[in-house]
Amino acid sequence: MRLLEIDNLDVFYGDFQAIYSLDLHIAEGETLAVIGSNGAGKTTLMKAIAGLAPSSGGQIRYRELNIETVKPFKRVEMGIALTPEGRKIFRSLTVEENLKVGAHTKRKGPWNLSSVYAAFPLVSERRDRLGINLSGGEQQAAAIGRALMSNPDLLLLDEVSLGLAPVVVEQIYAALPQITGNGTTVLLVEQDVNQALKVADRVQCLLEGRTALEGRPQDLNRELIASAYFGLA
Amino acid sequence: MQNALEVKNASKRFGKVVTADNISFSVPTNSALGIVGPNGAGKSTLLSLITGVLPLDSGSISFEGRDVTTMSPGARSQAGVARTFQIPRPFIDMSVFENVYVGAAFGADKHGKRGYQSAVQALEVTGLIHLADEPARKLRLLDLKRLELARALATDPKLILLDEIAGGLTERELPELIVLIHNLVAQGMTVIWIEHIVHALLEVVDQLMCLAAGEILAYGVPREVMANPAVIEVYLGSTFDLGNAS
Repeated sequence: MRLLEIDNLDVFYGDFQAIYSLDLHIAEGETLAVIGSNGAGKTTLMKAIAGLAPSSGGQIRYRELNIETVKPFKRVEMGIALTPEGRKIFRSLTVEENLKVGAHTKRKGPWNLSSVYAAFPLVSERRDRLGINLSGGEQQAAAIGRALMSNPDLLLLDEVSLGLAPVVVEQIYAALPQITGNGTTVLLVEQDVNQALKVADRVQCLLEGRTALEGRPQDLNRELIASAYFGLA
Repeated sequence: MQNALEVKNASKRFGKVVTADNISFSVPTNSALGIVGPNGAGKSTLLSLITGVLPLDSGSISFEGRDVTTMSPGARSQAGVARTFQIPRPFIDMSVFENVYVGAAFGADKHGKRGYQSAVQALEVTGLIHLADEPARKLRLLDLKRLELARALATDPKLILLDEIAGGLTERELPELIVLIHNLVAQGMTVIWIEHIVHALLEVVDQLMCLAAGEILAYGVPREVMANPAVIEVYLGSTFDLGNAS
């Protein structure tokens, strides 16, 4: 079953169109990676799904319900959680308090403080530390943990590895099998294409707000991806 | 062919961050150089080094055969170097026309009627003439980008540095911009264009440079640069290898 179906999506910032008639779908339990260069529309797409960027045209259906006009916090209650670009950890709260904020919807599921700590040792070690005192990698892990605390059915991970040291990226991705193993559907934006290909069931490459390439990692090759990524025919 | 610009062993660092690491390159007069590179590669900083807004830590820059390394930004502007900014920076309380007139008056030393003519011409070329009397603060993003270009053109530049001016243009507007930049080169200008819309860049530029972490990763024939494995790697990830992926 399709958990999320996006048809003909248009998103504008003022007169700047960031997304053009975009189609995207993701099946329940699937991991889809969205890749693309700066300005491709990746973060805008995530915001549109989370309700943080209003769409001007097209449809976003979640569990066969149109959600274009549903408020962001209602979408969280419906099971859509976003780890935003820049992580947006509450700086004046401890890691544990940040996680508890994520649980405010009281959705039932496998994720709670102890399961998040088990999945992310990095977060567990820092549970009493204030958000302001976290490294980039610790922030990212805590932000993913916070999103999981809402027990989402659809987890949106924006720019997972951007600006993080390779060893930290590895630790964060180590938790992904546990997340998907719990049945959570994952839509992730990743600037490291190799990383995206490693973890995703399917990859969709955006170019200037449109889909330039879509497929399973095993059906793609370096030339196809490079030409889609750069828009070279 | 004479070089409009010669950059020799240019270095610039901010604390630990190296944005230009012993960079050398030259741009022939009346040609177009494209610059690509991932975030933080040092692309915009390089333009600031060329305009003189940022001083070099070491190295030299020559413009039209003349060493401008210690020349002020204002003097470089009057000598014929102009740039646009990725994030438009107009004088928001002045009209569109006045913004462009500032370029003509202070960049090209054209005052009064000559300055007006220059400003009007720049507004016509960039398709902004119908907004000439609007305050700059009222402009939409795309028109602000056009205003950046109009202000730069009004200074009568010989070398124009463009910082990501194609982002956000529509399918109709992008070809217009490409024609416009072609025309600048045809009129004798030298162009350096930073752009992440690679296919637009490749329609215009004679040479392409890829910067990464303050170093020139590749330089040369545009399509060859884009096919260079090292260039693909900096964009697509550190260990791009489909053998690992599947």
